Amino acid sequence: MSDFLSLFTTDFILYALAAGLSLAVVAGPLGSFIVWRRMAYFGDTLAHSALLGIAIGLLTGANPQLSIILSCLFFAFILTVLDRSPNVSTDTLLGILAHSSLALGIVVLALADSIRVNLEAYLFGALLTISASDLAWIIAVTIGVGGILLKFWNEFVAITVHADIAEVEGSRVDRLNILLVLLIALTIAVSMKIVGVLLITSLLVIPAAAARLLAATPEQMAIRASVIGCVAVVFGLLAAFVADVPVGPSIVVCATLLFLALTLLRGGKA
Amino acid sequence: MASGAVSTVEETIGSQQPLLSAVDIGKVFDDRVVLERVSFSIQPGQIVTLIGPNGAGKTTLVRIALGLLDADSGTITRREGLRLGYMPQSLHVEPTLPLTVQRFLALALRGAKESAGGHEIEETLTSLHVPHLVHAQLNSLSGGELQRVLLARALLRKPHLLVLDEPAQGVDIAGQAELYSIIDSIAETQGCGVLMISHDLHLVMSSTDEVICLNHHVCCHGKPETVSNDPAYLSLFGAGVTDSLAVYTHHHTHEHDIHGNVIGEDECTHQ
Repeated sequence: MSDFLSLFTTDFILYALAAGLSLAVVAGPLGSFIVWRRMAYFGDTLAHSALLGIAIGLLTGANPQLSIILSCLFFAFILTVLDRSPNVSTDTLLGILAHSSLALGIVVLALADSIRVNLEAYLFGALLTISASDLAWIIAVTIGVGGILLKFWNEFVAITVHADIAEVEGSRVDRLNILLVLLIALTIAVSMKIVGVLLITSLLVIPAAAARLLAATPEQMAIRASVIGCVAVVFGLLAAFVADVPVGPSIVVCATLLFLALTLLRGGKA
Repeated sequence: MASGAVSTVEETIGSQQPLLSAVDIGKVFDDRVVLERVSFSIQPGQIVTLIGPNGAGKTTLVRIALGLLDADSGTITRREGLRLGYMPQSLHVEPTLPLTVQRFLALALRGAKESAGGHEIEETLTSLHVPHLVHAQLNSLSGGELQRVLLARALLRKPHLLVLDEPAQGVDIAGQAELYSIIDSIAETQGCGVLMISHDLHLVMSSTDEVICLNHHVCCHGKPETVSNDPAYLSLFGAGVTDSLAVYTHHHTHEHDIHGNVIGEDECTHQ
């Protein structure tokens, strides 16, 4: 048992825990918006396209974290602009971008012989290899994203409930939409290392979906989603050590179990 | 680009300046002329009702008046500092979004001091005879309850001009009459102007100051009283005809083809 507790005094475990928890805190409210606005596939597309950003970053020798962030912001912007085209439906557009950029990213990485990349780490996350500078990025971004979310919370909720009413009441709906999309893109970019390209959206969406079962207001849902996300991170990390399985998938499995448990509990009451 | 401009004018106390005036508004969607040289204005305390067949451009005109859509030509002039209250046709809230009536209404007060919120919300709901709904989930409301809550949201901004897009949609007959009488008394007690789209001319007749009959262009406009005693009107509504256009007794010198295009002279005379 003391062995087990001593785990939590190890640097890399503390880094992993701090990174996972700070992400879970902002993932609660952001994930709620993704659920409310049916943007899950949008988040997926951003995550997939980030692999292309990673490839380009590695080729040009840029800071990998920075190149992921820039590519996520770039694709978020492109998606928002292209989405206004009436000739391609949103889900088709997302399908094209998500998989073409993922494929292109993998092809570019494979062609660049000089680069040896652990692709699995990007696809499924490598929370335990997080460095102090990775952690600094994650904390800086989550503080920034969290601060902006708090400041514009009522505006974001208002445009989500009814954009026209919000606009008549004086909200700048277009700008707020873009801001929200950029916050999601930023968060996805820094959580790449935690759960990986393929699992990021689940960390945003599953705690929010679970929290829906416990909430009567948007604020309750957002806060409870954060709490559920934090629980999933802690137990996911623990389970990963006990069972010696990859951390990212373990966290996602924990979140899913929480969702299932809550669904069964609430279903029993109804 | 001078067309589609929005300008504001100085508000003078006791001014006879309209709250909002639209001059020669035109709008084209994909080569389809939706609005053509539409003009109207609204004074404080005045209720203006827009009627017209489906696809006549009523909602487009209202969206232009609200500033949600830009006109292709013509000018919208709003009084400086004009506060708008907008009640859309309906509201769909995602079932994944938990939202109480209280929280929904509090959104109207964002930017204002939060402390005043609870009190004002209860007062407004009480004035609409639905104070018991304050903690209800928005998704659990009936059609009539939802329309009142939407009206409450618009009223909480203390608007100078209330814009209502088919406010009685999905409300039963008794509820419709009550809703319109509430709107009437709001215009009277608060002195705000009201612009509304309605198909229920028989219900809004008594309170409407001006009816605008729209079919891409203003076919005609005038006071509804002139038609209220007309036997044709009574027989039409007695027979359950709901096309409000039919009751508005006047002779058009032109007709519309199936696409709403004018055939013949573009003139109409009122009785």
